[in-house]
Amino acid sequence: MTSKLANGGKGEVLLEMRGLRIEGQADEIWHEIVCGIDLTLRRGEVLGLIGESGAGKSTIGIAAMGFTRPGCRISGGTITFDGIELTSAPEETKRRLRGSRIAYVAQSAAASFNPAHKLIQQFSEAPVQHGVLNSSQAAKDAIDIYHRLQMPEPDSIGFRYPHQVSGGQLQRAMVAMAMACKPDLIVFDEPTTALDVTTQIEVLAAIKDIVHQFNTAAIYISHDLAVVAQLADRIMVLRYGNLIEEGETRAMLDRPEETYTRQLLAVRSYRRDESPPTKEDPPLLEVRGISAGYGPHIKVLDDVSVKIGRKRTVAVVGESGSGKSTLARVVTGLLPPYQGEVFFKGQALPPSYKNRTQDQLRQVQMIYQMPDVALNPKQKVRDVIGRPLAFYLNMNEAARNRRVSDLLEMIELPADFADRLPGELSGGQKQRICIARALAAEPELIICDEVTSALDQLVAEEILKLLQRLQDDLEVSYLFITHDLATVRAISDEIVVMLQGRVVQQGGKTKVLTPPHHEYTELLLSSVPEMDPDWLDDLLEKRAS
Amino acid sequence: MDKILKMVAQRLALGAVTLFVVSLIIFLAVQLLPGDLAEAILGQAATEETVAAFRRELHLDLPAHERYLNWLFGILQGDLGRSLANQRDISELIGKRLLNTLFLAALAASIAVPLAVTLGVLAALYRNSFYDRMVNMATLTTISFPEFFVAYILVLILAVNMGVFPSISNVSSDLGLWDRVYRSFLPALTLTLVVVAHMMRMTRAAIINLLASPYIEMANLKGIKRSRIITHHALPNALSPIINVIVINLAYLVVGVVIVEVVFVYPGLGQLMVDSVSKRDIPVVQACSLIFAATYVLLNLTADILSILSNPRLMHPR
Repeated sequence: MTSKLANGGKGEVLLEMRGLRIEGQADEIWHEIVCGIDLTLRRGEVLGLIGESGAGKSTIGIAAMGFTRPGCRISGGTITFDGIELTSAPEETKRRLRGSRIAYVAQSAAASFNPAHKLIQQFSEAPVQHGVLNSSQAAKDAIDIYHRLQMPEPDSIGFRYPHQVSGGQLQRAMVAMAMACKPDLIVFDEPTTALDVTTQIEVLAAIKDIVHQFNTAAIYISHDLAVVAQLADRIMVLRYGNLIEEGETRAMLDRPEETYTRQLLAVRSYRRDESPPTKEDPPLLEVRGISAGYGPHIKVLDDVSVKIGRKRTVAVVGESGSGKSTLARVVTGLLPPYQGEVFFKGQALPPSYKNRTQDQLRQVQMIYQMPDVALNPKQKVRDVIGRPLAFYLNMNEAARNRRVSDLLEMIELPADFADRLPGELSGGQKQRICIARALAAEPELIICDEVTSALDQLVAEEILKLLQRLQDDLEVSYLFITHDLATVRAISDEIVVMLQGRVVQQGGKTKVLTPPHHEYTELLLSSVPEMDPDWLDDLLEKRAS
Repeated sequence: MDKILKMVAQRLALGAVTLFVVSLIIFLAVQLLPGDLAEAILGQAATEETVAAFRRELHLDLPAHERYLNWLFGILQGDLGRSLANQRDISELIGKRLLNTLFLAALAASIAVPLAVTLGVLAALYRNSFYDRMVNMATLTTISFPEFFVAYILVLILAVNMGVFPSISNVSSDLGLWDRVYRSFLPALTLTLVVVAHMMRMTRAAIINLLASPYIEMANLKGIKRSRIITHHALPNALSPIINVIVINLAYLVVGVVIVEVVFVYPGLGQLMVDSVSKRDIPVVQACSLIFAATYVLLNLTADILSILSNPRLMHPR
C-alpha cells in the first residue's frame, strides 16, 4: 500500500473501511450514495475528504461512527474501528464508542448545541454518561480545554447558553466538546463552512492545535480544498460516492492526476480585469449618507455612501453582521432608513417600496442567496419567470411564452425547462431561474445577495461567468453582496469594504486589492485560505510577530 | 425577572379587559334566554299584578343597561348579588361548590398530567412499537366515548360489580382528605380518561417533532442513551407546546365537568350552573360564567409564564 509508505511516521491502523456501500432512500427507491469506498486511517493521522455536495463525504464521515442518518442504510462492506467491526456490532457497543472514542464536530454549531442547556453541561455530558469523569472533573477539564483553544473568558464562557455566544466561539466550543473524552478519532464535518473567513482562521488554528496536542486522528470533511490542505496529511477526492483520487496532501496539490481534482484546484482562478471607470453624472444609483437599522435602537448602517455606474459591478464585502444585506434592503425600499437618501439616475427614490412607482420598482431587481427558498415550489418555471413579465410589462400569454423561451436561452437552459417545477432542478439551475426572473423585469440594476455562497464551487463559477456575460450583453449593473473575496476578485469593478455598519474602504478593484490596504481589508484578504499546506502556519506566525 | 413581572402585570391588565368584555357577552347572552323568572316561580296561576310586583322587587323591571351596570359595580365591590331563586348570597352559594370543583379538577389533574406526560415520553421513546400503538389506541378509545358513557361504565364495573368505590360522590366539607379523595375517585378517573389522550399525543408529537433536529443527532453521536436523549434533550425543548395543551385541559377540568358532576351527583359548580339555568336564576348563571372565564384567563397566563420560564433564550438574553 502506498499510503503506508507515505505515512511511515504514523502509528497503527485505527480505522479501516473496505468496500463500503451506503444506500439512501428517495421516493421509496434505494439509491447507492456511497459506492464501495476503501479508507484507511492511522492513529494521529488527519485525512481530508473533499468533494462537492452529493459526493457522500458526510455520509462516509458519520459511517466511521457506525451511524447512518435516517433514510440511509449500510448495504455492504466493512468498517473496522480498532478491531471492532461496526457494521455488525450491536447498537450498545457502537453507542459506547460514540462520544468517548470517536467524536463528531458538526457543520452548524448553532443548530447542533441543545438550546436548553449551558455549554459546559453539554461538554460534561459525554464524559459523565460514559463514566470517564465525574461532573466536577469534567467541568475542570472543560475550562482547561477552553483555555487551550484560547476562547474569550475561558473560565466563565461555559456557563452561558449557546445563543449567548457568537458563531465562531460556538464552533470552538464544539471542538472542545469533541475533545471531552480524549477520543482516538474526531470526525470534522465542514466545521468552518458557515463561518466568516476571519473567524474560520481561529477555528482552523484551534482544530490544528488540539489535534496535535492530543495526537488525535481525524477525518476532516470539506468542499474547500484550500481549507483541507491546511490540516490533512492525506486527501481523498470523492465524487458521486466514488473515490476519484487519493494521495498525500502536498503531492496532490503539486501533481493532481485526475481532471476533476485539477478542476477543484483551479476553482478560484476565474478573474476578469476591472473595466475602466466611466465618467457619469448622475450615476445609475447613488446611496448618500444612509443610516438605518431595526427598531429605534439597533443601528446597523452608519453613514454609508455608495455610487454605482452603468454596466458596473460594485462588490460589497464584509463579515456577517457588517450590514451588507441591510444596505440591499434600504436600496430596494424594504427598510426605510433613519437618514440619507437613495438616488436612481439622479432622482430621489421614496424611502419605502410602498411609495415607489411600478417603474421604479422594476428598475431594481434582486437575486437571493438560497434559490431553494426564493422559488415557489408549486410554480412551474414558466410561471416564475412569467410573473414579472405580466406584472411589470403587461405582456399577454403568447408574448410571455416567447419571452420565457428567450430568457431561458439567455441563462443557457433548454426551452423545455419552462414546464418544470423547481424541485426538478439542481441548485445551480434554480439560481439560473432566479437570474432569469430578475432579468424578466428588464432592470438596470440587479442586487445579488450572496448568490453563489449556497452553491458548489464549480457551479458557482459557472454562475459568475453567466452574470458577467449577461452584463456584457445587457449593460446591467450589479450590486454584489458577498463575504467571499474570491468572488469579489473574480467579477467586481469596484469594492466597498464594510465593517460594523461603516464603509472602511472603497474604490476600484485594483486599488483596493493592491497594498497598502486599510488594516481591515488586509485582515480580510490575508484570511482567505490558499492552496498551500503551509499557508495557515505561516500566517499565524506572521500575525503573532 | 423584572421583565416577567412586567409581563405578568401587563397580562393581568389585559385579562381584566377580557373579563370585562366577557361580562358584557354573558349578560347579553343571558338576556337571550327564553322565559322569565317571575313567571317560572309564581306559576301560570299568578295574576299580572303579582308578577309585576315580584319583578319590581327583584329589579327585573329596570332597563337592561341599568341592570348590567348595577351588576358590574356589584362585582367590582366583590358582591356577586343574591340568588333570585332562594335569596341567598351568591358568593356563599358558589364558594363551597367552587372549592369542590377545584378539588375534583386538582385530583383529576394530579393523576392525568403525570400519566399523560409519562405515556407520551414513552410513546416517543418506543415510537411505532407495539406499546406505542396500544397507548395510542387506548387513549383514543377513551376520548372517543362520550363522558357519561365512560362514567356509567366505570360505575358499573368499579361501583356496582366490584364495589370498590362509591357510585355517588356526596362530598361535604366535614370529610377528611382521604375520604374526599375516595368519594371523588370515580369522577376524577372519568375525567382523567377523557383528557389524557390529548395531552399524551401532544407530548409524543412535540418530542418526535424535535427528533430530526441537529442537536438530537449530535446527542446520538455523543453516544447518549436513547432514554436520556428523549428526556434530557428533546423534552426540555418541547415543553412550551406541552404546557399549552396541559393548561387547556386543566381549564376543561374546571369548566367542562358539568356532565360528570351530574352523573356522580357531585356538588360542584357545573351542576349549580345547570340547575340555575333551568330555574332562570340569572345572577347565579352570570356569576358562574364569569368564574369560568376568569379560570381560562388565569390558566392561559400561567401557561405563558411557564413557557417563558422554560425557554432559556427569553430567560437569559444575550
